[in-house]
Amino acid sequence: MIPQNPIVPFFVIIPLAGAFVTAFIGKRFKRLPDLLGFVSTLGCLLLSVAAVWLVRRGGVLVYSVGAWKPPVGIAMVLDGLTAFMLVTVNLVACLVVVFSVDYMKRFTSKWKFYTLFLLMLAGMNGVVATGDLFNLFVFLEIASVASYALVAFGTEKEELEAAFKYAVMGTVASLFVLLGIVFLYSYTSTLNMADMAVVLAAKGPSDIVLLVSVLFLMGFGLKAALVPFHAWLPDAHPSAPAPISAMLSGVLIKSLGVYALCRIFYNVLGMTPKVAELFLFLGALSMVIGVFLAIGQWDLKRLLAYHSISQIGYVVLGLGLATPLGVLGGLFHLFNHSVFKSLLFLNSGSLEHATGTRDLQKMGGLMEKMPVTGATNLVASMSIAGIPPFNGFWSKLLIIIAAVQAGRMGYAFWAVLASLLTLASFTKVMKYAFFGTARKAWEGVTEAPFFMRCAMVLLALICMAGGVLLVPGVREAFLSRAAADVMEGLHYGVSVFRCVG
Amino acid sequence: MSKEREPGMSLIVKTITRLTVGLILLYGIYIVLHGHVSPGGGFAGGVIIALSFVHLTLAYGKDVALRKLPKEVTSFFEGFGALLFLALALLGFAGGVFFLNILGKGEPFRLFSAGIIPLANIAISLKVGAGLFAIFVTLVLLKIETEEKS
Amino acid sequence: MILYILCLTLFCVGLYGILRKRNIIKIIVGLIIADYAVNLFFVLVGYRWEGRSPIYASDADILNMVDPLPQAVVLTSIVIGLATTALLVALAMRIYGKYGTFDITKIRELRG
Repeated sequence: MIPQNPIVPFFVIIPLAGAFVTAFIGKRFKRLPDLLGFVSTLGCLLLSVAAVWLVRRGGVLVYSVGAWKPPVGIAMVLDGLTAFMLVTVNLVACLVVVFSVDYMKRFTSKWKFYTLFLLMLAGMNGVVATGDLFNLFVFLEIASVASYALVAFGTEKEELEAAFKYAVMGTVASLFVLLGIVFLYSYTSTLNMADMAVVLAAKGPSDIVLLVSVLFLMGFGLKAALVPFHAWLPDAHPSAPAPISAMLSGVLIKSLGVYALCRIFYNVLGMTPKVAELFLFLGALSMVIGVFLAIGQWDLKRLLAYHSISQIGYVVLGLGLATPLGVLGGLFHLFNHSVFKSLLFLNSGSLEHATGTRDLQKMGGLMEKMPVTGATNLVASMSIAGIPPFNGFWSKLLIIIAAVQAGRMGYAFWAVLASLLTLASFTKVMKYAFFGTARKAWEGVTEAPFFMRCAMVLLALICMAGGVLLVPGVREAFLSRAAADVMEGLHYGVSVFRCVG
Repeated sequence: MSKEREPGMSLIVKTITRLTVGLILLYGIYIVLHGHVSPGGGFAGGVIIALSFVHLTLAYGKDVALRKLPKEVTSFFEGFGALLFLALALLGFAGGVFFLNILGKGEPFRLFSAGIIPLANIAISLKVGAGLFAIFVTLVLLKIETEEKS
Repeated sequence: MILYILCLTLFCVGLYGILRKRNIIKIIVGLIIADYAVNLFFVLVGYRWEGRSPIYASDADILNMVDPLPQAVVLTSIVIGLATTALLVALAMRIYGKYGTFDITKIRELRG
């Protein structure tokens, strides 16, 4: 038996076990679903921090499920990029569960919420931790179907309509991905990503790889909400309950969309200059269109959803530069966006919990009544707008410097412009929601309950301390390894097989 | 649905259902148990088991079917199947690796062979059968609810 | 070769159903057809000349089988398609309960 580290499958086992136990006996006890959800996500968070430390010490971790060696069996691969994504996903999931302990009291069947939530988390963890292409598709589908059901959780009119449109578009995207997998299988006759990298490096460029690239770009681009595949996001993210919006916008589009694009285009298919150019173009398009559509919005959550499109454009722009600094900036912005976008959505949930509305024109002067929500919203707005010393500033600066270094002045200009417009948009949010004169309707409004405040304050602290991740000692462990694993490209296949033994 | 008519279909359908629904259930169980020697396995067998109950619902009406297999029992088997499958996978840790096939493998083509695979098939068939029947019953009850409201 | 083209034509038929039909149920049927076409394509990709079904039997010889991996993969894919279809049908019935119509051009509460 090959000695291999047994913690790798636990990222999928723990949420899956939590979901099954909640579905089995969660109806009878009132507090059990909350407890199980919190314990599962906390366990996953601690394991992912341990994984970062293990990867730093030992290199790539490969786990052969069922002791079938790859490429015959399914392998789970834990390298720097995976550990980075795992920390991002599980951190946001844990804090969102803390938030939803209080927020979901208004819904009757909490156990259904936690079952679907833990299934979605298991799917996302599975997507980042697997080394087999079809296994990635299966976990992608698990997470997607759970998220379709979660968007429709409140069963109001708008939620059902948004969930249906999201479900149809998401399923079509998955079909494109599956078609791409079929073509890739017929060309390389293997489904293991590392083996595919080795085979494709040996065979060289061909037409089928171009077709597969287009299919994957369409499929995963829709999951990542790149323009022009973004049309489902402004309907789906506002209609979901606030913790689900935070999860969807904060981690789902990154884990299913951006991570898959990154892994497949850099490590399996090989990044050619044409594809990098396409990434840059689509990233810049998303950045600009997202922010232009966001400025005119009066519905708070719809505005935040359009900003998600814009910020994912930044990440894809960073990834498309294909230089070490660009990829580092893109991945750092991915982490930062998870943190501050979830915080923004949780704030909107807290506002909705207190006032019952999402319309910015109806709110006003809530800063004295809800100081914690107001302060954390201020921190998050400054992060997303890129004001020093919050974490958004550092990552945007890295991306713009990388663009200038690569000679792409036009893209750097658009990045700065989008950042200025983001600042304008969030000034509008702060002014209309928190500052200004308090209306008579909001006399009896109180601050959010304890767990909601807890989650928001913790996320705000991470926003403020985010710049620490660029300090040279911490950077090597976390971000640089992730960027290096992306940049090694097709060499991924060789690294994985060296660790299989 | 008016109260004068009794629920379900005509007498011919009811008689044939009475004769065949047990055979369909047995056939489904056969496909599940022989999943490691012949095509089929957990999912296909589970669908056939669910279909036998759906057949009963279509021929006799939902009350008779729900008396045979109440909703609580369906939910129980659904969760139980999933937990059994996860427990089997975790049992592999006793041999060192997740999902390892730890029971004795026996000789090929016998019924009691291939280690953990027949047990996994049974767990999957429980989950899929109960799940499909639960989906069908939920959609039927949802339709009746919508009809009553309008 | 002609088989693959016909299979991809079936996929395009499903895609046409999703894009152009107005009734929600017809959109779901289009999705089912497209899903079916991709699964069929995957199984066809696994065909080998003069191959027979990839099942060991105690009395037959084992030369020349078709590729068994697509068959296992397609089994999983069919289950995924079933789950998605069940969810979509449940959503469609709820939408009918709230909106009173199956026509997707009339279900446009969200805009902007």
